[in-house]
Amino acid sequence: MKSKSAPKDKTTSHPSSHRPSVAVFKFASCDGCQLSLLDAEDELLGVAKAVDIVYFPEATSVMLKGPYDIGLVEGSITTHHDAERIQQVRRLCRTLVTIGACATSGGIQALRNWKDVGGFERMVYANPDFIRTLKMSTPVAEHVPVDFELRGCPIDKYQLLELIGAMLAGRKPNIPTYSVCLECKRRANVCVAVARGAACMGPVTQAGCGALCPSFDRGCYGCFGPMESPNTSSLTEQFRILGRGDDDIVRAFRGYSAWAWQFRQAGEECEKS
Amino acid sequence: MSATTATGNSRTIKVDYLTRVEGEGSIQVKLKGDQVQDVQFGIFEPPRLFEAFLRGRHYLETPDIVARICGICPVAYQMSAVHALERILNITVDPAVRLLRRLLYCGEWIESHALHVFMLHAPDFLGFPDAIRMAAEHRELVEMALRLKKIGNRLMIVLGGREIHPSSVTVGGFHKVPTKADLRALADDLVWARDTSIAAARIVAGLQFPDFEQDYEFVSLSHPDEYPMNEGRLVSNKGLDIDTSEFGSQFMEQHVKHSNALHCRLRERGSYLVGPLARFNLNFGKLPEAAQQVAGECDVVPPCLNPFRGIVVRAVELVFACEEALRLIAQYEPPAAPRVEAPVRAGIGHAATEAPRGVLYHRYEIDDRGLIVKAQIVPPTAQNQKRIEDDLWHFVPQLTALPLDKITAKCEQAVRNYDPCISCATHFVKVERVD
Repeated sequence: MKSKSAPKDKTTSHPSSHRPSVAVFKFASCDGCQLSLLDAEDELLGVAKAVDIVYFPEATSVMLKGPYDIGLVEGSITTHHDAERIQQVRRLCRTLVTIGACATSGGIQALRNWKDVGGFERMVYANPDFIRTLKMSTPVAEHVPVDFELRGCPIDKYQLLELIGAMLAGRKPNIPTYSVCLECKRRANVCVAVARGAACMGPVTQAGCGALCPSFDRGCYGCFGPMESPNTSSLTEQFRILGRGDDDIVRAFRGYSAWAWQFRQAGEECEKS
Repeated sequence: MSATTATGNSRTIKVDYLTRVEGEGSIQVKLKGDQVQDVQFGIFEPPRLFEAFLRGRHYLETPDIVARICGICPVAYQMSAVHALERILNITVDPAVRLLRRLLYCGEWIESHALHVFMLHAPDFLGFPDAIRMAAEHRELVEMALRLKKIGNRLMIVLGGREIHPSSVTVGGFHKVPTKADLRALADDLVWARDTSIAAARIVAGLQFPDFEQDYEFVSLSHPDEYPMNEGRLVSNKGLDIDTSEFGSQFMEQHVKHSNALHCRLRERGSYLVGPLARFNLNFGKLPEAAQQVAGECDVVPPCLNPFRGIVVRAVELVFACEEALRLIAQYEPPAAPRVEAPVRAGIGHAATEAPRGVLYHRYEIDDRGLIVKAQIVPPTAQNQKRIEDDLWHFVPQLTALPLDKITAKCEQAVRNYDPCISCATHFVKVERVD
């Protein structure tokens, strides 16, 4: 196999191209949502033909300067530096889409928002002076306007492909905002909450996973975050009827989308009661 | 994103944002003449503080929460967590559950190794910025890599519902187990994957490797009967042989200014290497014959001391993982129950398993309500960090005659030998609480 002498130039401006340019940015996250793009094995090379991936550090050493037509942002804002960087990213992207629970709701690391972060740092690091973190982990939309949010921890790769396809076609992406319950019905799953008394977050959680957890005989744990207009107080009541204690219920809402206001409120109400 | 500067006879090689790795890291090497003055493998990935917010969570939530540490190797986190927690609760899992866990791990190894070998690391050797652009000239290679990766992911989807953060793993077993037919349906693809991995190993063995060897201390798990994944003692080529519960007494963590991940060292001997190269060198005899034979043909024989040949060793492990998955599928009989439950009790449990990138150690302390009191997680990249810097100290002097941009590219390649997972490495290693 022949080798090329040197990698392509990393910082020159865009080559002439009519394909929309795509940039992928990472903030505090596990890398899983951006990996979803590489996990679209059958579609990746096709996507790379339809768009020009010009900034995606996890996958490429090409790092072209903006502006970009489409920016995909993974991760939450947890440091001063990132709070500034997201402003810059917004300025560079014509359309900015947040992907995944971290970017859309602060992620699991938003559990710090109810705690003393200084104490957290001292727990993990010997010299917390070296560390610069904010007290809160916050979603991108708390910092800059966002054009579209893709939910999930992780996102569903088919939803990502639908979104990219819709943007290329200039139409609205077909991303449902109803609950996981509908997906369970569609898969003809026996309801784990009714039949087995499982504490299932499905009734208040946005669809998109294909009712994954109930299909594996367990209750949904809410990784796609709140659906549109969730009835969280009714679910809290149902959890109590099933014999769940308040601590358990607070933890159920305080998971992967803990800082999404609907779940935040539900957890805090339960804590107060 | 790199910047290199030269003033007088001093030169600084800087990579501000290391690409084709998971997470956010940087490299800085300072040279005076031909002498290396300083090396820093920096990690600026923002801390997510998992070990802190795990406190107070229920132990049954742990496998799902810790999976979120890494999107590339969530199974590794789930595995180390369930083993550590099962030790506290004195749970022995059904042999079929043990088999399924190993099979799930095979899926992750296949997906992760295929990603790294072909899509993240091969572009360095072939002179491309990424796999997509490499596809313009090596389309077959990239398509093969994508299909291999997909087969690994498929295995995880069948066992866990999705490839990133699978949802079936729990303490005591699985929420739901597959049928024999579910698994048998994967066999044809896995046969293709094994044969393709053999061909792929031969391809990567033909790449050009810098002449560079180090006297490493290799650390991995070791199991009497099998190539290590979920179980075994922690051993090294320099005399380490301990139960995983003794991890804390042999390894120490250090917090340095240029990294948000704590450096881990062996107490008496300093830096060490975990990952495929260590596993391969310490457990070669446990590889199936097909994998051993390929290794021989590809000119990697233990002890392989050249980290650049790690790409070949990963390909050999791909052969192993496919072969092993086929063996496990052929043996599989579903367990009587998908999981066993045990009454909660307070205690401390340790476990280490072999993530694709190397040893992943977890330690949990839970109270009598099943809530986590303390968690400690030591990921492979935190352990390799110091070794990565040591490699650069010794490797850069070979390069000083080259122009700065070439030195920079070679340094990046040397770091990628470790397939660093920086998202994982950040902020997990635990030091004593100071308050």
